[in-house]
Amino acid sequence: MKKYSAFAIAREAFRQHTGWERAWAKPEPKKKYDVIIVGAGGHGLATAYYLGKNFGITNVAIIEKGWLGGGNTGRNTTIIRSNYLQDPSAAIYEKARSLYETMSQDLNYNVMFSPRGVIMLAQTQHEIRGYQRTAHANALQGVKTEWISPQRVKELVPIMNIDGPRYPVLGGLYQARGGTARHDAVAWGYARACSAMGMDIIQQCEVTGVRKNGDKVVGVDTTKGPIDCDKLGMVVAGHASVLAQKAGFRLPIESVALQALVSEPIKPCMDVVVMANTVHGYMSQSDKGEMVIGGGTDGYNNYTQRGSFHHIEETVRALVETFPMIARLKMLRQWGGIVDVTGDRSPILSKTPVEGIFVNCGWGTGGFKAIPGSGWAMAELMAKGHSPLTEEFSMFRFREGKFIDESVAAGVAH
Amino acid sequence: MLTLHCPNCGVHADETDLHAEGEAHLKRFGPNSTDDDFHDYMFQRQNPKGVHFERWKHVYGCGKYFLAARCTATLEVFGTYAAQTHEPPQAIKDAITAKRPGWSWGDFS
Repeated sequence: MKKYSAFAIAREAFRQHTGWERAWAKPEPKKKYDVIIVGAGGHGLATAYYLGKNFGITNVAIIEKGWLGGGNTGRNTTIIRSNYLQDPSAAIYEKARSLYETMSQDLNYNVMFSPRGVIMLAQTQHEIRGYQRTAHANALQGVKTEWISPQRVKELVPIMNIDGPRYPVLGGLYQARGGTARHDAVAWGYARACSAMGMDIIQQCEVTGVRKNGDKVVGVDTTKGPIDCDKLGMVVAGHASVLAQKAGFRLPIESVALQALVSEPIKPCMDVVVMANTVHGYMSQSDKGEMVIGGGTDGYNNYTQRGSFHHIEETVRALVETFPMIARLKMLRQWGGIVDVTGDRSPILSKTPVEGIFVNCGWGTGGFKAIPGSGWAMAELMAKGHSPLTEEFSMFRFREGKFIDESVAAGVAH
Repeated sequence: MLTLHCPNCGVHADETDLHAEGEAHLKRFGPNSTDDDFHDYMFQRQNPKGVHFERWKHVYGCGKYFLAARCTATLEVFGTYAAQTHEPPQAIKDAITAKRPGWSWGDFS
C-alpha cells in the first residue's frame, strides 16, 4: 500500500493522477479464515483492524451483505462525545474518543476529526440536576467535561435563542474535545488499513446460515458459498437479531428506525455540536455548510431504513424554536437507518451461548462515536476471551440485573 | 403514515394518535418463576424481519390497547384485533398465510 501524503498528491499532480491504487482489494473468499467478521461497517472493520494491529491476527475475512460503510456508518450525524454517566460507558466511549484524536495519523487516512466541542443543553430543572451530576461523574472518571452557564452557551453558539418561551436554555454540559468526524472516511480508512494487512473484505456477500458442530461455530454459509472459521464476530447492528436467530440464540434487542436530515449548505454559523434532549433534536454544521439534524426514533419495530415523517416534523419544530434562523432553510436530504436498541440503552459486546461466536451490537442510536473503542475492545475480547472494556457489556447482564442504565441518565435514547 | 384500525372504537387512527407498546403475546412470568423464564419474558424479543405481532395503545383516542399483525420488512399491516386473546384470530392468520406462507411465531403459526 502506498502511503497518502502531501508528496503523493504532488507526485500524482505531475502525472494526471494515474498512479493512485485501489484503496482496498476485492478478493474472492478463501475456504477458511481464523476469524470471520460479519458486517463491514465501522464497528466490524475496526474490530478487524485492531485484531491485526494489536494481536497479529490477520487471517481475517470481513463479510458484508451490501457495500462497506453502507449501513448506519454512512447514515448517522457523526457526533463524537464521551460524557456518559455510568463508569463502563465512560470508559469505552472515552477510549473511542481518544482514538479518534490520532486516527488520521494511525490509519494514514484523513477522517477529518474535528474536536469542535459538544454542548448538551439543559432546558428543564431536571436536566440541570442530571447534567451537573454527569459533570461530577465525568470528573471522577477522568473525562473532561464541564457545566456551563446560559451566557457561556450563548457565547459559544450566538445563533441560539436561549430565552425560548417554552424551553429556555438553563445551562449546558460541555465537552470541549467532543466533535465530529467524516463518517465514510472512518469506514474507508479502516477498510484500507485492513486490506493492507492482508485481510479480505468481501462485499455483496450475505450470510445465509451459521454452521455449528455441537455448541461450537465452525463456519458460515454465504451467497458466495460456505466459509470455515475458528471464531465468528457478529457486528451487524440493526440485523443482529436476524443473524443471532441463524446461530440459534436470541438477543435482548429491538430494531427501530432513526432518521436524520441535512439542510441546504449555508455560510459557517455554528462551530459546535448542540444536542437538545428535552425537545429531542440535535444539530451541527458540516464542512460543506449543511446543517446536519437528527432526532428521535420511531416507536415500532422496523427494518425498512425509512421512518415516519412526523418525527422529522417534531425534530425540526423543536430546533426552529431554539435556532430561529434555520426556519427558512430548505432541507436537502433525509434518510433513515435501522438501530438496535437494548433495554438499558447500552451496547452488547459479549460471548454468546455458542462457543466461538462473539456479538457486538446494541449501540442503538449512538454507535458512530464508539467505533474505534468498540473495535479495540471487541478485538481484545475475540483474541483473548476477555477485555476490561467489555466486561460489563455482556449480553447476560440482563439476567443478572446488572444494567448499565444510560436510558435514565440521558432521559432519551442517545 | 402508518394507520391502524382500532378494534375498540372503530377509528382508523394515524400513528400520531397511537403509541407502540412492543411485542404481543408475551407469556408472562412473575414471582416463583425461574430466572431464565423471567429474563426471557422481560428482555428477550423476537424482533423478526417479517411478520411481527405487537401491542398498540390508542392514546389520543379511546385510550385502550389492541394488537396488530404487521410486517417489519415492508410495513404492511395484516390486520388488528382485540387484546383480550392469547392467539390471533384465524382470519388474521389466514391473511398472513396468504402473503407470507410458512410464517411462524412462538407457539402458533
